[in-house]
Amino acid sequence: MTVRLLPCGRRAVLVELDDVLGFQAALTQSPPDGVVELVPAARTLLVRFDPSMTNAERLGALLRQVSPVDSVAADAGEVVIPVVYDGEDLADVAAETGLSEASVIARHTAGTYVSAFCGFAPGFAYLTGSDPALHVPRRSSPRTRIPAGSVAIAGEYSAIYPSASPGGWRLLGRTGVPVWDVERDPPNLLPPGTRVRFTAVPS
Amino acid sequence: MKLEVVRPGFATTVQDLGRPGHAALGVGRSGAADRESFRLANRLVGNPDDAAALEVTLGGLVLRASGVTTVAVTGAACPLSKGGPNGPITLWPGEELALGTAVSGLRCYVAVRGGIDVPPVLGSRATDTLGKLGPPPVTAGMLLPIGPAPRAFPVVDLAPRAALPAEPVLRVTPGPRRDWFTAPDELLSTVYTVSPDSDRVGIRLTGPALARARHDELPSEACVPGSLQVPPSGRPILFHADHPTTGGYPVIAVVEEADLDLAAQLRPGQTVRFRAA
Repeated sequence: MTVRLLPCGRRAVLVELDDVLGFQAALTQSPPDGVVELVPAARTLLVRFDPSMTNAERLGALLRQVSPVDSVAADAGEVVIPVVYDGEDLADVAAETGLSEASVIARHTAGTYVSAFCGFAPGFAYLTGSDPALHVPRRSSPRTRIPAGSVAIAGEYSAIYPSASPGGWRLLGRTGVPVWDVERDPPNLLPPGTRVRFTAVPS
Repeated sequence: MKLEVVRPGFATTVQDLGRPGHAALGVGRSGAADRESFRLANRLVGNPDDAAALEVTLGGLVLRASGVTTVAVTGAACPLSKGGPNGPITLWPGEELALGTAVSGLRCYVAVRGGIDVPPVLGSRATDTLGKLGPPPVTAGMLLPIGPAPRAFPVVDLAPRAALPAEPVLRVTPGPRRDWFTAPDELLSTVYTVSPDSDRVGIRLTGPALARARHDELPSEACVPGSLQVPPSGRPILFHADHPTTGGYPVIAVVEEADLDLAAQLRPGQTVRFRAA
């Protein structure tokens, strides 16, 4: 397995590797001294540490010796998300992929998605499983404000914006399903392992 | 004891030292943008460092105390209707404290003895403006509950602080995607201007564009406060207190944690430079 250690300030290192969840599981089983938080993402694991207890060099030497352990994401059930497909970027995505708007919608609703990891903002889940034809890059300049409930795609991921925020993803539509509710336990509707289906509904 | 918000000013939120440790849920650190000024304000009224206080952007806040209490104002240089900055101020029942418009710096901290006693969310009373966590932004007429006074009493009358630098320089270390840029050291030779589009999420900078050596998409990855993220426009965004916990644009460098307090005081239109730590 290739592991690359990337610098990330004096309180964290970013580990780039193939098996993020297996590496995270190994570190969770036996955390090196000074590690305070692990944040998984698509191809990387951020390892935050207490700079009074360790440093990037010392921690890096330990991280190079870690072997990933088997990790099976728990099946966290299935959630159906009704979507009004009238997003601002629908026409652009159609033009860029050479598909009609109707077929962008058909392909987006055909997939079964799985929440791979969470991040960006509370309740924001990165959903894998989208049709490769819909793998489009982010906008070249992020919007400063995207409305809550926006259903968007970028690269291999789909996501639902939990609250109004800036963002660079392509907006396909919107849903009224709240993906984050701090009064709910857990507040996150789509923890890792959750299966998700999108259905098209009229506005 | 309550503090009544007579006028909220330009933008005022309740802050503490934030809610670290929940990034894997998408929940960021948040908390006071200028943490040293925040801590000082609390110490000046005898509070523990992490008691909740007000973060006031650009000033304009007017408060009225329902009972006798002690407050302190730190951070940006802001004219006060009573007392002075960086020292305890006693307010009598019904008395008002007005903050004028900040003349240098951007953010003031108003601590009140006993702390602002709003319910914590995920262990913190900070308002996360991106994540929409914690108490809502402060509005006129709001009655802020104040907790019981701590045992400790204020012990100093004044804690003088150096003026903010006229030409701020922030120290950086290399970021994880420094090699995605053709000439990453241009970051250190450029004079950037702070965009009016800046807030607690990020400080957007204008200046010559940094050229990318790689044009492929970066899979989203976790980032830390102080990350200088560069979108395809080539103009860096300095991720601050309420930054997203993951980002999909390359991070060229990371501003030192200690210099984030200075970054929090940058005003739109002001220039800023970076140097290697």
